[in-house]
Amino acid sequence: MKQTKRIPMPVRYGINLVLTLALWGVLAAMIASGVITNYWNGVLITIGINVILAVSLNIATGYLGQLPLGHAGFMAVGAYAGGIFMKATPLGALLKAGETGAAVPWIILALLIAGLTAGVFGLIIGIPALRLKGDYLAIITLGFGEIIRVVLTNVDSVLGFKFTYGAAGLKQIPKITSFNLVFLCVALTILIIHMVMKSKHGRAILSIRENQIAAESVGINTTYYKVAAFVLSAVFAGVAGCLYAGYLGSLVPSSFKFMKSIEILVMVVLGGMGSMLGSVIAASVLTVISELLRSVGDYRMVFYALLLVLMMIFRPKGLMGTYDFSMSRLLEKLINRGKAKPVPSAAEGEEAQRDE
Amino acid sequence: MNEKKTFQRGRLVPLPTNAFIPERDLEKTPILEASHLGIDFGGLTAVDDFNLTIGRTEIAGLIGPNGAGKTTVFNLLTKVYQPTRGMVMIDGYDTAGMNTVQVNKLGVARTFQNIRLFNALSVEDNVKLGMHNAIKYNMAAGVLRLPVYWKQERIAHERALELLSIFDMQDLADVPAGSLPYGAQRRLEIVRALATNPSLLLLDEPAAGMNPSETYELMENIVKIRDTFHIAVMLIEHDMSLVMGICEGICVLNFGKVIAKGTAEDIQSNPVVIEAYLGKKKEG
Ligand SMILES: Nc1ncnc2c1ncn2[C@@H]1O[C@H](COP(=O)(O)OP(=O)(O)O)[C@@H](O)[C@H]1O
Ligand SMILES: [Mg+2]
Repeated sequence: MKQTKRIPMPVRYGINLVLTLALWGVLAAMIASGVITNYWNGVLITIGINVILAVSLNIATGYLGQLPLGHAGFMAVGAYAGGIFMKATPLGALLKAGETGAAVPWIILALLIAGLTAGVFGLIIGIPALRLKGDYLAIITLGFGEIIRVVLTNVDSVLGFKFTYGAAGLKQIPKITSFNLVFLCVALTILIIHMVMKSKHGRAILSIRENQIAAESVGINTTYYKVAAFVLSAVFAGVAGCLYAGYLGSLVPSSFKFMKSIEILVMVVLGGMGSMLGSVIAASVLTVISELLRSVGDYRMVFYALLLVLMMIFRPKGLMGTYDFSMSRLLEKLINRGKAKPVPSAAEGEEAQRDE
Repeated sequence: MNEKKTFQRGRLVPLPTNAFIPERDLEKTPILEASHLGIDFGGLTAVDDFNLTIGRTEIAGLIGPNGAGKTTVFNLLTKVYQPTRGMVMIDGYDTAGMNTVQVNKLGVARTFQNIRLFNALSVEDNVKLGMHNAIKYNMAAGVLRLPVYWKQERIAHERALELLSIFDMQDLADVPAGSLPYGAQRRLEIVRALATNPSLLLLDEPAAGMNPSETYELMENIVKIRDTFHIAVMLIEHDMSLVMGICEGICVLNFGKVIAKGTAEDIQSNPVVIEAYLGKKKEG
């Protein structure tokens, strides 16, 4: 029997909570003291939004093993749902009057509505798309993303109510998005996704990626879990959309082009499919780089392409592979240093050919 | 080598339907009754008019040359393919229109000829996935880490180790399944199937790639599994020492058709079988 020591669960959660609070404290202090300028504060907010987009897309690509190409569509749904809702509430007046406390319930409600609306769209798209085998999901989600954008561009009122304002864009959205709110949302998103993935439901999602026929043979309802993962992915994209709307204060449909979906996908692929840490790092780094490349505009896509090609050559599994960092695991390794575990020899017949 | 005991095999007795099952299972509903089962792939008839009844605690064998349609029979029983013709009753229930998941919930679990493990996941998680439907908490309870989550996961953890210990694999619980040696992967597939708490365990070439002593150990374990879990086992195997050693009823398939059925003794002395199969493929 192994003699390795394990860090008990409550302590693990404690360690992660302390680390998260420490990171927040450092960043908040740097912002308060002006070390992080207004400009870089904005970049931090964009990083946070992109991190949520990347880790949410990672559920569908990395964990579930599908290839959706319309993540920006769900972001758009969340952004518009949240934006329209916020405009209809007293949020703007409350924020102007500096009554932040009274604004909090509205902010929470806006984020929930944005997430849920995107989730409903995820359900509507996911149910037919995920029942089909092969590459249909990529094609259907790609179509969905474009349709959303085209609809938002061409429709400015629904049933006589001026809603989306078409190509001119939705303006005067209450600016709810601060560094603190984004940080909280990022932390909660990562926490929730982590909790789901380390439960029976997360295991079921991973089993589909690993081998769908085997998953079904042990009684796992793969359609249900595919749709569940896809909806979860859409919900968080919607939340990110709402934060985006509340950051810019105005929305135009052209922000949610196909290229935005690809940008998020590049973050996930570069970070390593199935690695939440990888998504976080890649989203952060790419956001900063694209900020620096702002002057060259859409030519930065060339840079992304180059980065992808280099990655495929040198690290085909992405920056982190499927590895997920865990502070507790690192500590355990230090505690158990010297007590090597026996490692079994590698499989003789690597990948069995699939012919059944 | 250690002395090898011979395994006790039950006496086969006829049912009114002309099928044979072990005498001890007579009082109970057969776990499997397949009648006139068949499937066509385009113009090719892979399996035709397949009839088989398996008793509640029987160890049954399905043999035949390569390409005879054995794996296809498993795929029909587990609804990986929907049959073109015929009927499958599991535990007395007609499975018409059911899918793989529903058939598993009725009590059919299987392994695969080409191993299908969840390679990147740990050995323990592979087994826990077999227990997926027995682990009871919803997504909200999981995310909020309510007490029911901890309790259910602890029970699952202990049960997984217990099942792994059948094959003495409990120390490998944290290893990724894909990094196990070939033989251990086959054993893990059996454990994962058992974790679904089946009444009928289908094993597709469980001894493939194993040496004689591993194969003998596997035979002992299959009998042990049947005796501890009181389940039926149906296995496809090319290793005749295994099939003749533990299988009670044996069914021989050739070109998608059943050419013989009976006990090991019946099969070994059947001239049709010898010509179609044993004559050509006799091996040690
Ligand atoms: N999905 C499929 N499509 C077409 N032909 C198939 C399919 N599955 C099996 N077959 C054919 O059915 C026959 C039986 O195959 P199989 O059941 O795998 O044989 P075995 O007895 O060796 O397990 C073979 O001729 C095979 O090519
Ligand atoms: Mg086969």
